[in-house]
Amino acid sequence: MTGEHRIPASRDAVWEALNDPEVLKACIPGCDALEMTGENTMRADMTAKVGPVKSRFKVNITIENQKPPESYTLSGEGQGGAAGFAKGGADVSLTEDGGETVLKYTANMQIGGKLAQVGSRLVQGTANKLAGNFFTSFADHLQT
Amino acid sequence: MNEMLDTGIGAAVRRREDNRFLQGIGNYTDDIVLPGQTHAHIVRSPHAHASIVGIDKAAAEKIEGVVAILTAEDFADYGGLPCGWQVNGKNDEPMKEPKHPILAEGRVRHVGDPVVVVIAETADIARDASEKVSVSYKELPSAILVDDAVGAGAAAVHEEAPGNVCYDWELGDKAVVDAAFKGAAHVARLELVNNRLIPNAMEPRAAIGDFNRGTGDHSLYTTSQNPHVIRLLMGAFVLNIPEHKLRVYAPDVGGGFGSKIYHYAEEAIVTVAAAKLARPVKWVADRSESFISDAHGRDHVTTVELALDKDGNFLGLRETTLANMGAYLSTFAPAVPTYLHGTLLAGNYVTPVIYCNVKAVFTNTVPVDAYRGAGRPEATYLLERIIDIAAHDLKMDPAELRRRNFIKPDQFPYDTPVALTYDIGDYEATLDQAMQASDYAGYAARKAESAKNGKLRGRGLISYIEACGIAPSNVAGALGARAGLYEAATIRVNPTGSVSVLTGSHAHGQGHETTFAQVVSDMLGISYDSVDVIHGDTDKIPFGMGTYGSRSIAVGGAAIVGAVDKIINKGRRIAAHLMEASEADVVFENGEFKVMGTDKQVGFGDVALTAYVPHNYPLETLEPGLEETAFYDPKNFTYPAGCHICEVEIDPETGVVEIASFTAADDFGRIINPMVVEGQVHGGLVQGIGQALLEGCVYDDNGQLLTGSFMDYCMPRADDFPNFVVSTNVTECTHNPLGVKGCGEAGAIGSPPAVVSAICDALSEYGVTHFDMPATPSKVWSLIHGGKKAA
Repeated sequence: MTGEHRIPASRDAVWEALNDPEVLKACIPGCDALEMTGENTMRADMTAKVGPVKSRFKVNITIENQKPPESYTLSGEGQGGAAGFAKGGADVSLTEDGGETVLKYTANMQIGGKLAQVGSRLVQGTANKLAGNFFTSFADHLQT
Repeated sequence: MNEMLDTGIGAAVRRREDNRFLQGIGNYTDDIVLPGQTHAHIVRSPHAHASIVGIDKAAAEKIEGVVAILTAEDFADYGGLPCGWQVNGKNDEPMKEPKHPILAEGRVRHVGDPVVVVIAETADIARDASEKVSVSYKELPSAILVDDAVGAGAAAVHEEAPGNVCYDWELGDKAVVDAAFKGAAHVARLELVNNRLIPNAMEPRAAIGDFNRGTGDHSLYTTSQNPHVIRLLMGAFVLNIPEHKLRVYAPDVGGGFGSKIYHYAEEAIVTVAAAKLARPVKWVADRSESFISDAHGRDHVTTVELALDKDGNFLGLRETTLANMGAYLSTFAPAVPTYLHGTLLAGNYVTPVIYCNVKAVFTNTVPVDAYRGAGRPEATYLLERIIDIAAHDLKMDPAELRRRNFIKPDQFPYDTPVALTYDIGDYEATLDQAMQASDYAGYAARKAESAKNGKLRGRGLISYIEACGIAPSNVAGALGARAGLYEAATIRVNPTGSVSVLTGSHAHGQGHETTFAQVVSDMLGISYDSVDVIHGDTDKIPFGMGTYGSRSIAVGGAAIVGAVDKIINKGRRIAAHLMEASEADVVFENGEFKVMGTDKQVGFGDVALTAYVPHNYPLETLEPGLEETAFYDPKNFTYPAGCHICEVEIDPETGVVEIASFTAADDFGRIINPMVVEGQVHGGLVQGIGQALLEGCVYDDNGQLLTGSFMDYCMPRADDFPNFVVSTNVTECTHNPLGVKGCGEAGAIGSPPAVVSAICDALSEYGVTHFDMPATPSKVWSLIHGGKKAA
């Protein structure tokens, strides 16, 4: 799964926002709480719905390969209780283009349990939609 | 057939059980509500293979209405779920039989493996509380497909099974078979997959445990095909409850197809929990849970070779198969790819030498066990496919190649090279009957008509044989069965002449309540309506081995006949007394005891009343009452056989396959109720054609079940089928009293190769000779567009 978004803000501003728990919490769809638990780790509570399965996930995120303000790698794992689990990772890079920033990501995602049992073929669409919503909110946030 | 009755043997009596099934007034396990009952929900593994790092139940325990939360520790005193059949491999090496715990002990081995049980006042609370149970796992590498699981470096499902091999079994002399191949004019070879299936009985599994503190009696209500077997397995091997303190009751059961033979963890869970809590505990699977907890079927990866001489006579057959056992050995799993499969490889044919090698393989998937046909569909499929390949290679007519190699009627009893002795059959008769019924000669015109409509038409013809009514107990025991395979019946003649038939053959859609009543009313010459059939309750039925392998009429029916014979014998003694005649002169005909050569007679009802009101009765030599029990142990398998012909029409634009016609000519021996038989054939055909066209269980590389709901697992529906053309040809079984063979599985055994053969025939111009089921539109479209003509 790959994506590219143009964000009307400087690369430094984008980088800073990408590392700001408050910004992330506000922009991640269904995110109820997000906090840094270490220098490179975060914990989030979020609600996600894949097809007919809706569940609250406790997500642990690790940030690696940081090259400010150019790129980092995220990896995360979310436990959704009876709904199963989701885990995945994303390589995110930022390039300057004029006064704006182009964000590219390559992500993978694996789901398990009931989520996979009934939602496997819906997960791609759901992930794309969540990513789209995130970046729309993220761009809006940087503009305001 | 008793000439007085139009409801006797051979009559198409409507199924009496449909009265309640069709009106929604049956009594299924979930319909049973016990006072004070609690509800269990099971937290299952979301991982194919993982260590359990921790289980946190604190949050769930705080929820109001939660009664108990149980983990493996609560079952530490009990055994694992037993396997009912031991298969020894080469050099008599016993199969690997790792423990199958009731709840996962520190490690989960398939998605759906039960880990925690939450018991609450309502089903909703139990489900909600389950969400609050937090199980943390450390994922382990998994082995999912059989060929991967036996490969180098594969993850180990069980440490005690190196290379994930449960057993490496063989049948036949490989050197002799190899020699036959060396001298062959032609060898046909094929690699194939028999696709994994998910049974999906209409009623999901359910169980209720109950415990009487006053008496110490346990009760289990369960969706089982064989309540006595569950009582034996769970009582003796798992929970250590003696038979007289454990009642197992399987009320109305909505289909099983094999998946409800086995002893499942949930049955032990509710029985133990009910005793712990001193309250009834009910568990009902939802459909999603059924997909990941009911034993799956098939899943063989096979290479088969057939050696022929220049005239097309079979010289030898060789097969090697990897059979998926899943994560644990289900109750009868080891027998399915061996004694129910390798022994069927002679099919309907004279093949002098046969060698079969089966490796059973553990994987991180749901356990695999018998499913409608159980080993025999896999044998029939590979045999009929390789015969088609040989016919194609040798440019011979597929029907003629089969006819040439058939065992002929004068060759019976026929000893196959794979351990069985067929007692009787006439394979050419069913072949001819099916060809005629399908208008074989008119095919060219139909193909031309299809072509005119832009459709590709194809035809497939197969013959099948199956071994039903398993089997003499001593033979089964020598082959590793850990139980006997007889059946029991009691005939209770009530004082006013009505009859209760207590049978160990459980019914879950087969229509026993109708057919068994026909047999008894016919034999006793009494009205069909005065005979009731009772089954499913270990407290009522003397004993029983249950319903599977098309054994009910052949084995259960024979036990009923044995008990009726005893009733008639005792009745003759009573009648002789009443008529002051010599017992030797009394005959029983059409419901009357008669003194030969006189007009003296006494009715069955009068004899029954006399037995219970013995005022004028030979009390010094005969006990009062009229109730008899018989056990029947079969002398051999029965061998239903037949011919299936399928015609398909394929839309080359979409790849959609339509079954244009399907003809089945079957020899089930004597027919008790032709309407019930036709229904059984229809059901079998639908399941077999479902396997060929629609159904396929798919796991992803990580062992997640992708076909885990009806959105992704395609079940057959009525509009997928034409009207079937079904007929029977009878050669009566020689070794059971009714001359019957059984009809429950035949449809599912013969139809998959018939459908695949027809599709290959339709696609012959594209160079297609084989493909692996199911024939989904995308697969068929790809065969067309990847084929020679398109290129």
